[in-house]
Amino acid sequence: MEMIPYTVEIREDTGLNNAKLGIWLFLASEVMLFGGLFSAYIFLRIGAVDWPEGSSILSVPIATFNTLVLISSSVTMVMSWASLKTQNFDRYRLYMGATIILALVFLVAKGFEYSEKFSHHLYPSSSTFLAIYFTITGLHGLHIIGGLIVNGYFLGAGSKMWATDPERFTNRIEIAGLYWHFVDLVWIFLFPIFYLL
Amino acid sequence: MNHTAHDVGQHTKTYLYIFGALAVLTVVTVAIGYLSLPIGTAVVVALLIASVKGSLVASVFMHLRSEKKIIYWLLLMTFFFLLALFILIIASIYDFGGTPNVA
Repeated sequence: MEMIPYTVEIREDTGLNNAKLGIWLFLASEVMLFGGLFSAYIFLRIGAVDWPEGSSILSVPIATFNTLVLISSSVTMVMSWASLKTQNFDRYRLYMGATIILALVFLVAKGFEYSEKFSHHLYPSSSTFLAIYFTITGLHGLHIIGGLIVNGYFLGAGSKMWATDPERFTNRIEIAGLYWHFVDLVWIFLFPIFYLL
Repeated sequence: MNHTAHDVGQHTKTYLYIFGALAVLTVVTVAIGYLSLPIGTAVVVALLIASVKGSLVASVFMHLRSEKKIIYWLLLMTFFFLLALFILIIASIYDFGGTPNVA
């Protein structure tokens, strides 16, 4: 079977392995995806006759809690990679497990927030503010679910690679981490824009 | 970037410091939100703090402070297009004689 080239070894022309360049290209496209929606937010807000204060509709304490949860998950994610770098697979499993639990906590809190809005008959169709709020936070939530699936795979079946090709597995965790930190980074901007301004 | 086990040990401490800084900045953002600053000032302050937090995540957790040149170029281009997108959107409102409401 022919192996995919440059998964671990460095390409001379780019100075990187292909996985690293690939994830950054993907993240660049993600910047434009969220950027398009952010510009929609700016467009809608500047043009709006009236714009509600986020804190009057949304729960700042829940969002603050969720911000701290995502920041913590970024730390556990980078620590899981650092554990592999020091050949400590058990510690990797611990940190990756923690990352997954924190992601689930985020989703549960977000789900609670959404259902609370729905119970008050506040839907995306209720106002321009809620339309863009549900669109952007919903897309962000999908990214969390995506990361959860990938991280879950690397904790479960995917972790078998550690026994056969540890260097490549470590690279995979670094790449998954870059994605996860990006999702955290997006939330860092979403939080003040929707809840505090 | 190639990291040795020794480097990683040193980095671990940094990760925890950054976590502390991010947590403190989150609390500061919320506290400022309760000050009821004029909207213009509030937007600038909130985005400034978010940018600092974002930079910490990108430079330390995503290792951008020591990455290859090609990644910097890639991100510079992305930033350029993102900025163009924002500027075009805002400019279009003025172009159509709109009256931006930032109050």
